Amino acid sequence: MTPQTVIEQISKSGLRGRGGGGYPTGLKWGTVSKAVGAQKYVICNGDEGDPGAFMDRSVLESDPQRVIEGMAIAAYAVGATKGYIYVRAEYPLAVTRMTASLQQARRRGLLGNNICGTTFAFDIEIRLGAGAFVCGEETALIASIEGLRGQPRPRPPYPAVSGLWGCPTLINNVETFANIAPIIRKGAEWYAAIGTEKSKGTKVFALTGKITNTGLVEIPMGMTLREIIFGIGGGVPNERKFKAVQTGGPSGGCIPEAHLDLPISYEALIEVGSMMGSGGMIVMDDTSCMVNVARFFMEFCMTESCGKCIPCRAGTAQMFNLLTKICDGKASHADLDLLVDLCDVVKNTSLCGLGMTAPNPVLSTLRYFKHEYMEHIEHQHCRAGVCACGSKSAEELAVAEVTA
Amino acid sequence: MSEVISKIKVATVWLDGCSGCHMSFLDMDERLLELGSQFDLVYSPLVDFKVYPESVDVALVEGAISSVEDEHKIHHIRKHTNFLIAMGDCAVTGNVPSMRNPFGPDEILDRAYQENVSLQAQIPCVIVPALLETVRPVHEFVKVDMYLPGCPPSADTFYTVLSDLLAGRTPDIASLTRFGA
Amino acid sequence: MSVAVDVKTLVIDGINVSARADQTVLEVAQEHNIQIPTLCHLEGLTDVGACRMCLVEVKNSPKLFPSCVLKVEEGMEVTTASDRLKHYRQTILELLFAERNHICSVCVANGHCELQSTAQSQGLTHVRLPYRNPSLPVDASNERFVADHNRCILCTRCVRVCAEIEGAHVWDVMGRGIDCMVIADLHQPWGESSCTRCGKCVQVCPTGALSDKSKLGSDHPKYPEFLPYLNMMREGR
Repeated sequence: MTPQTVIEQISKSGLRGRGGGGYPTGLKWGTVSKAVGAQKYVICNGDEGDPGAFMDRSVLESDPQRVIEGMAIAAYAVGATKGYIYVRAEYPLAVTRMTASLQQARRRGLLGNNICGTTFAFDIEIRLGAGAFVCGEETALIASIEGLRGQPRPRPPYPAVSGLWGCPTLINNVETFANIAPIIRKGAEWYAAIGTEKSKGTKVFALTGKITNTGLVEIPMGMTLREIIFGIGGGVPNERKFKAVQTGGPSGGCIPEAHLDLPISYEALIEVGSMMGSGGMIVMDDTSCMVNVARFFMEFCMTESCGKCIPCRAGTAQMFNLLTKICDGKASHADLDLLVDLCDVVKNTSLCGLGMTAPNPVLSTLRYFKHEYMEHIEHQHCRAGVCACGSKSAEELAVAEVTA
Repeated sequence: MSEVISKIKVATVWLDGCSGCHMSFLDMDERLLELGSQFDLVYSPLVDFKVYPESVDVALVEGAISSVEDEHKIHHIRKHTNFLIAMGDCAVTGNVPSMRNPFGPDEILDRAYQENVSLQAQIPCVIVPALLETVRPVHEFVKVDMYLPGCPPSADTFYTVLSDLLAGRTPDIASLTRFGA
Repeated sequence: MSVAVDVKTLVIDGINVSARADQTVLEVAQEHNIQIPTLCHLEGLTDVGACRMCLVEVKNSPKLFPSCVLKVEEGMEVTTASDRLKHYRQTILELLFAERNHICSVCVANGHCELQSTAQSQGLTHVRLPYRNPSLPVDASNERFVADHNRCILCTRCVRVCAEIEGAHVWDVMGRGIDCMVIADLHQPWGESSCTRCGKCVQVCPTGALSDKSKLGSDHPKYPEFLPYLNMMREGR
């Protein structure tokens, strides 16, 4: 197969970036292939930072060869000779096993010069993260590999054109690379036959939270949330009632019962106010407070913000304080209006995806669970019994409604 | 603010401020007489009335909210005022009084009344109002209708703003003054 | 030496303009006296697109772009001022004023401060957000200068001028997010660092965070115009 044929196959398969962006993989490969540069790089983004997500970890630990093969095929397709696997330092087993796999690959002539006796040369180096969620963002990751502070850069220019050390750089997620070898071996048509019209293939989700069967599930796109949660997942345990499922981690949103028959795809999840993200899927029941959930994710974004741009650095801190005020039962309607306004500003003016998506959990929970916000503000009542404002009994609430 | 028969009832108040805004207000000099033909100063540190009137048209509030007394006063003022203007940086942003915020009231009271005192060091608690945990601008307690930054806003600024208001115009504050002016 | 220069034509605020292909939207706008507010941008230093004040709207794109790094493109239609952009700029300024302790009346930069003048030009008269009042240090260990972190807006102009122009790279950023701090060397007192006392960082600092001890009161105008001149002179060598 020529490099061009490889790219065609990947494009035809309909594979989209599994790291969260959902960008058409074939298109990205084509851009890097056409970009002008004497040196090109392939980077594997293994900085899986979403809380509760461990899809990439399992691939790196148990099937590292899949990733190496995917990267080598990519390098062949785009004309790169050097690759980096950026793994978060919190995955030491993945690092050990990947290091061993790379050595084995080199010994067998599958990496290095003259791969499989051809003129194709490609080798891979491992680089470790240092505990920064923001380094999962591609330009921050590139800065980190360059030895600089892990801070994102404005795009354009995109890494495909000017990335690592200014060279055209292909950067894809672990799961994306893991899909490559099967597509090449079994053909693009096989892959495109799985999934929906615009979201092809399978996706790995980390099913956690208030669910009977926790763990990783790989499902074909198009399967409904209900089938995953109540079928594979075994439903909500302890006879509690399902409330919402959170997808996309700190960048995503909460989906209520009304949308459980949603066939999973990139577009469908965005339409209901969430997103695919890297595959986190946290199930919540009636003991979860949706305001507290929003506050939890905002705290995460606030502590992980790199600090380069003002909206994210200062905006997440202000939004976190407002959410805490609401949870503590000390907020007013004006505070909620201010929170919503800040969500709009931070979403539209932040420099990178961290800031741009930090407001999503707030906006999503406001969309479907505004009554919980109002209960905290107007009646100092947390129906899940989680927040510091306390809970009121049904009688107390009834009295409050009348006297309000 | 369109009373033709009776004069506009104006009040000025100082909370945790240095009275510099009032001095700047007085710096309007003879222009005060001109404006004064259109309003009555019904309550102010500059005149003798002891009780805040039942109904005030315009109140100019100087100073930040630093103590329990300030907090009590500002709610009372807001309740009995139609149009409240936060006058000067202290009222608008907290300004110099708020410089105690990173330290907290305990450290401040200790330094002022214990460390630097040689005789009968004690933190006052009789008559002196309790300090709030932090010094805050006026709008964190009550709705403010107009903000007049400046430390102090100049006499010219006062003259333009008050003339505009009395004539029913909306002044363009940012073109007249700024923080720290 | 003649190099073929690619020329682009575009529209900024309804005005047809032409530009070299390597120019940014901000540069071209400034050439035509279109004012776009900036804080982290300074002519002579690499642009980082960090403060987000210079964001502009580009037709057919839902995103906003920082004009200080946005390269011109043929047929681009840019809007530099709109109600939405004004609201965003004011909110970013409010976020800055509430982030640290910016007391204009007692500041060495009162009257010569870009944060202050930008707030006035953007029509900001009060800050809706609650002031955070963090406890931040003042470093007066340098015999010539003072670093007051209460006034810092983390524009990183000092970091860039020291690294790119002076070549000492004394300043850098420590920590993450709201806890970020500009530090000298490996978080040492400024006076004990590898600082050459050139004073460039003081001149490029937009606020009173970095100031000259020899200045009295707030009589401290700054003159960052030396930068492009210095760059030009160095290029000639």
